Amino acid sequence: MKEHSVFQFVNDARVRGILAQVALLAFAVFCIGWLVSNTAQNFEDQDKSLGFGFLVQAAGFQIAPTLGTWLFDYEAGVSTYWDVYFIGIVNTLLVAALGVVAATIIGFLMGVMRLSQNLILRSFATVYVEVLRNIPLLLQLFFWYFTVLRALPDKRGKVELLPGVVSVNLEGLFLPYPIWQSGAGVAGVIMLVALGAIWAVNRRSQQRQLLTGHPLPFWRIAGGILLGALAVIWLSVGVPFEWSLPVFKETGPILRRGFQGDTAIVVIPEMLAVWFALTLYTAAFIAEIVRSGIMAVSKGQSEASVAMGMTRGQTLRLVVIPQALRVIIPPLTSQYLNLTKNSSLAVAIAYPELVSIFAGTAMNNVGKEIEMVGMMMCVYLTFSLLTSFFMNWFNKRAMLVER
Amino acid sequence: MAKKSDIVFVREKDAPLLAPPLLESGAFGWFRQNILSTMNDFSSVGGAVRSLIMAAATLFIFYYSVNILWALIDFTLIEAVWSNPQGLKRELCTTALAGGVQHDGWHGACWPLIFAKIKFLTYGAYPFEELWRVNLAGVILIAGLVALMFERMPYRIHIGLFMLVIYPFLAFALLYGLGDWAGLPFVYTYDWGGILVTLVVALTGIVVSLPLGIALALGRQSKMPVIRGFCTIFIEFWRGIPLITVLFMASVALPLFLPKGVNIDNLLRALIGVTLFASAYMAEVIRGGLQAIDKGQYEAGTALGLNYWKNMRLIILPQALTYVIPGIVNTFIGLFKDTTLVAIIGLFDLLGAAQAAVNDASWSTPVQAITLYIYVALFYFICCLIMSRYSMRLERKLAKTND
Repeated sequence: MKEHSVFQFVNDARVRGILAQVALLAFAVFCIGWLVSNTAQNFEDQDKSLGFGFLVQAAGFQIAPTLGTWLFDYEAGVSTYWDVYFIGIVNTLLVAALGVVAATIIGFLMGVMRLSQNLILRSFATVYVEVLRNIPLLLQLFFWYFTVLRALPDKRGKVELLPGVVSVNLEGLFLPYPIWQSGAGVAGVIMLVALGAIWAVNRRSQQRQLLTGHPLPFWRIAGGILLGALAVIWLSVGVPFEWSLPVFKETGPILRRGFQGDTAIVVIPEMLAVWFALTLYTAAFIAEIVRSGIMAVSKGQSEASVAMGMTRGQTLRLVVIPQALRVIIPPLTSQYLNLTKNSSLAVAIAYPELVSIFAGTAMNNVGKEIEMVGMMMCVYLTFSLLTSFFMNWFNKRAMLVER
Repeated sequence: MAKKSDIVFVREKDAPLLAPPLLESGAFGWFRQNILSTMNDFSSVGGAVRSLIMAAATLFIFYYSVNILWALIDFTLIEAVWSNPQGLKRELCTTALAGGVQHDGWHGACWPLIFAKIKFLTYGAYPFEELWRVNLAGVILIAGLVALMFERMPYRIHIGLFMLVIYPFLAFALLYGLGDWAGLPFVYTYDWGGILVTLVVALTGIVVSLPLGIALALGRQSKMPVIRGFCTIFIEFWRGIPLITVLFMASVALPLFLPKGVNIDNLLRALIGVTLFASAYMAEVIRGGLQAIDKGQYEAGTALGLNYWKNMRLIILPQALTYVIPGIVNTFIGLFKDTTLVAIIGLFDLLGAAQAAVNDASWSTPVQAITLYIYVALFYFICCLIMSRYSMRLERKLAKTND
């Protein structure tokens, strides 16, 4: 009798569940304990210690000039490792943001082209997607950096993309930059006011459409406000900035020839290569997402809206695209996240982003492996957490309201 | 009622068949339907503008596609150097101006470079007299995979079991060796390289990540809070960080976590990192399949008296896995492309070996890098294309059997 009840006890699904969980927990605790004790032993043997004190030490290495070094005024031997960390984050975000914008544009274009009736556009998009999707990103990165950009003329030559304004050579892409004049502050305030007014008009227009069914002529009003604001700025303070054009010297001492420092924004070639590779690779995936999103909208929807007398543009704008976006946006966001994570491949060509300067150069200098890898992972985990928050929020908002 | 004589004409023979309208059939009709149909709307101003833009875009893309295609054919086939009778190196693929044997202005692929490096690109530094072991393992692998692709193959299940259970041990014994007593001396992994490493990393990742992914997905669906929490954190952690940080952690931080004296092989570290990373992605794909299974299936299984494991093994998983085959293959393709990242932590996979060959000064020519990259790209492109085509075929077949 007693034995029987023991069997009953062991066969009870609830008891088994609890036992399994306790076992897993014990196993996990044991593993973590084992790792921690090993680490402690290793630290003792190697005379190392855990701690974030290194963050306020000065970093003694050079970083290629990028947005991050400019924002944080980086100077080797003066700036700290804390600065290096944020320079890495800024550079990662910069190339990710540029990549997201460009990949979205190219991806949508290719996705629509894949569904075109025009054979040439359709086959071009198909070949583009199939080729770029099936070649590793790292190889594409090497291709752009080691073959395409290496074929450019050296620092004493240039290829002019926009004569006198935008040029490129082995040192990078040279862009003009604006020099703000005295009235820039006033102009900025006027522009902000104008944007605020446009936003108010947009809200008002939506409210009116809900109430009466007739929106305001929003685009005309917004255009008017914008032109008006520009006119006010021009009349009151004139043009509030001047362009500093890149200066290129072809004569003089040979070492001084080429583009002169401080006359242009220099985009380093590493950044261009990372940007091209990430953009073109991710665009191939976005194209597939867009294509399947558009195909997911049933044909009856567009036929119904045409039957109701909408024009082709209205059908697309008001019926097909809103429904396609509901399918497109969740995978699109995860592509954006992938792009951001893939920007870490830049370490292979030494573009100074997070992995490259923090987990690469800086780690070689201070050797705080655990802290630094941990800090680096925190950044990426934050990105992915933010992305999944956005996705949950969007899914709740965009879910079909079922009755 | 009209009499027969009132009728003036009665056709007694069929009218002769007319030729199909010239505008709708033949080459011109094809052209009209596939190219012109998107740019022949001149009924309104908007339509005309759209048509003209479309025509310009089509011409532009056609022109550049033909140009790129021609440049590719010219570079890889027509201008390319194929043979190297004199056993030259650098001189073979440089122009006379730079001290080579090619005429001025020559620009073509340097295939003898690939032929010279083919052993390194395929096996790395694997000792020459032991190459038969790699070849044997490769031949068995290819024969097994090809046999598994045909559904009518006799003993297909036995072949599959052999490939999954026995082959990994066999391959390990062949590649790594068992010691001199067995006639298979050890070949340490730092001598491995090229396609060998790429395939070892990819296939291990694929074979191990599938069962691990299934376990994680079931864990995440489990009702037991500890197991669910554990699996969720595990999956989200690995999915939140880029693979390169995983590999960095495996190569710099892992030694600190292990007891002194335990030294894990470099390749094995990368393998562990890649496998865990892939299994997190696999788990999410499989979870999608589990969620798509109707609740009634779970309940029916339970009502039949099946316990959890039988229910999963016999009812849920077969359906869920077939449902997500495309997702699984996509994860495999992603994993296959991601193996290139091990080049960043200093392993010589195909891309790493190619990059080492790019830096070989004795072959230093302007076309050295691009030739090697084209070869590597072709390898990945063909492998990924085969995988994706096979998954599409499988998908179509499954869709048919489900109807």
